[in-house]
Amino acid sequence: MAGAEQRRFRLFRGTREGGELKEYQVAAGEGWVVLDAVHAIQAEQAPDLAVRWNCKAGKCGSCSAEINGKPRLMCMTRMSDYPADEPITVMPMKAFPVIKDLVTDVSWNYEVAKRIPAFQPRAPDNADGTWRMYQYEVERPQEFRKCIECFLCQDVCHVLRTHGKHDAFMGPAMLVRAAVYEMHPLDKAERHEHLRREGGIGYCNITKCCTEVCPESITITDNAIIPLKERVVDAHYDPLAALWRRLTAR
Amino acid sequence: MTTSVRDLQERGFGATLRRDAWWIAPALTALVLGSFAVYATWAAWTGTNYEWGPYLSPFYSPLIKTSWWPLSPAFLILVFPLGFRTTCYYYRKAYYRAFFLDPVACAVGEPRHGYKGETRFPFILQNVHRFFMYAAVIFIFILAYDVFLATRWPVSGGPERHFGIGVGTLVMALNVILLASYTFGCHSLRHLIGGSVDCFSCARGGRARFRLWRGVTVLNQHHMLWAWCSLFSVALTDLYIRLCAMGVIHDVRLF
Ligand code: SF4
Ligand code: SF4
Ligand code: FES
Ligand code: FES
Repeated sequence: MAGAEQRRFRLFRGTREGGELKEYQVAAGEGWVVLDAVHAIQAEQAPDLAVRWNCKAGKCGSCSAEINGKPRLMCMTRMSDYPADEPITVMPMKAFPVIKDLVTDVSWNYEVAKRIPAFQPRAPDNADGTWRMYQYEVERPQEFRKCIECFLCQDVCHVLRTHGKHDAFMGPAMLVRAAVYEMHPLDKAERHEHLRREGGIGYCNITKCCTEVCPESITITDNAIIPLKERVVDAHYDPLAALWRRLTAR
Repeated sequence: MTTSVRDLQERGFGATLRRDAWWIAPALTALVLGSFAVYATWAAWTGTNYEWGPYLSPFYSPLIKTSWWPLSPAFLILVFPLGFRTTCYYYRKAYYRAFFLDPVACAVGEPRHGYKGETRFPFILQNVHRFFMYAAVIFIFILAYDVFLATRWPVSGGPERHFGIGVGTLVMALNVILLASYTFGCHSLRHLIGGSVDCFSCARGGRARFRLWRGVTVLNQHHMLWAWCSLFSVALTDLYIRLCAMGVIHDVRLF
């Protein structure tokens, strides 16, 4: 191949029970991303290598993995960002159970999503059953709709990754999803109870790793989690706000 | 070699497959925050050299001098700015990473287990942040008044005062600007001023609240920057006035 360069890779090969880091050599073309190299290895050297992917454009959220220890999309990670004389290590996401090789079982996220109180629009504004809202007020939840469900934020979040609190904490991606409904101008459902108890929002210590890895550059911590934490404070930890609600009977 | 996938990934403090210098940021944070804490404690403890001419150190403002308080007057008021910074969402991130190593950096192993985050004592107390924010807003006005006083210079020892500006006045003014940029970009303020509203077009005063929310958001986007700049400016303003009071440097009167 013209302009090809020999690059070394270390890929996790194995299942939940056990596995190893295997070394491969690839002739990498110019402008290659890590997923190109993984595909080349699969095509030429390891036909049984399991890897999940779909769009190769950073939009489907399938190819999440850990490249040199950092959670990233394989299709959006350029090989030129790494020194050519060092191997690139690719591991499956740590926060989820491995199925095989680079593929993990992320179904836990869909279970958590189902339990978030659903979007509940207020009664229609007009007799014809329609609502009136303005662009400036839907912009805030629109930022969260960019989420491609790659779950890299879940993977890097130390509450799930290191402490394994999957039973107690919904994780940043699901807080983003809750924020989509919660901050929508038409929504009237209350979610603070769910966020505090089952969602375990208090486990988040706002250390922002989720924001650092999000490939869609969603300001997860500042725009979704902290505002949700403040809503929980309103409902549970602010005696003045409680008094005010009583006085104004809201 | 056959091993479980967990053995290949980070277990135990500092273990990681990351190859970059992830430890630099938390080490710098620990160094700078630690140095500030040492300097601030010392400056507050001394109880001397906090005034010079019309200048007053921000560590001692508002100045409360009473006979019943045996310690430095700084300790009567420092709980407010200290509580504000300690419970600030940005500083929480900074010290959870740098001092509690929870996590020291992203995708790097942590030392302890039994993590409770902010769900239990003591860190559940972080939820009082908004009350410190109310105090901090009042402090901005007090410190702004100090800047005004720093333009009123005594005339030959008498009670009469004349308008004037020295380098110290400018230092104090810059400090208030940085502190205000930090305080008015607070997440709790952002929530209370408009962030709690979902339907701005239906809320009372919704348009105005939306504009205020957007204004706070502009500052909030750089909250970390303002947090550090204002931390430095508070310490340097105190240092400037302290060195003037000690006679080490001489303030320059501009007009
Ligand atoms: S900010 Fe919160 S949710 Fe995001 S990674 Fe850190 S602890 Fe997890
Ligand atoms: S919030 Fe970002 S990192 Fe998390 S799942 Fe969505 S796109 Fe991925
Ligand atoms: S393949 Fe779709 S995001 Fe990478
Ligand atoms: S969040 Fe930093 S001052 Fe309130």
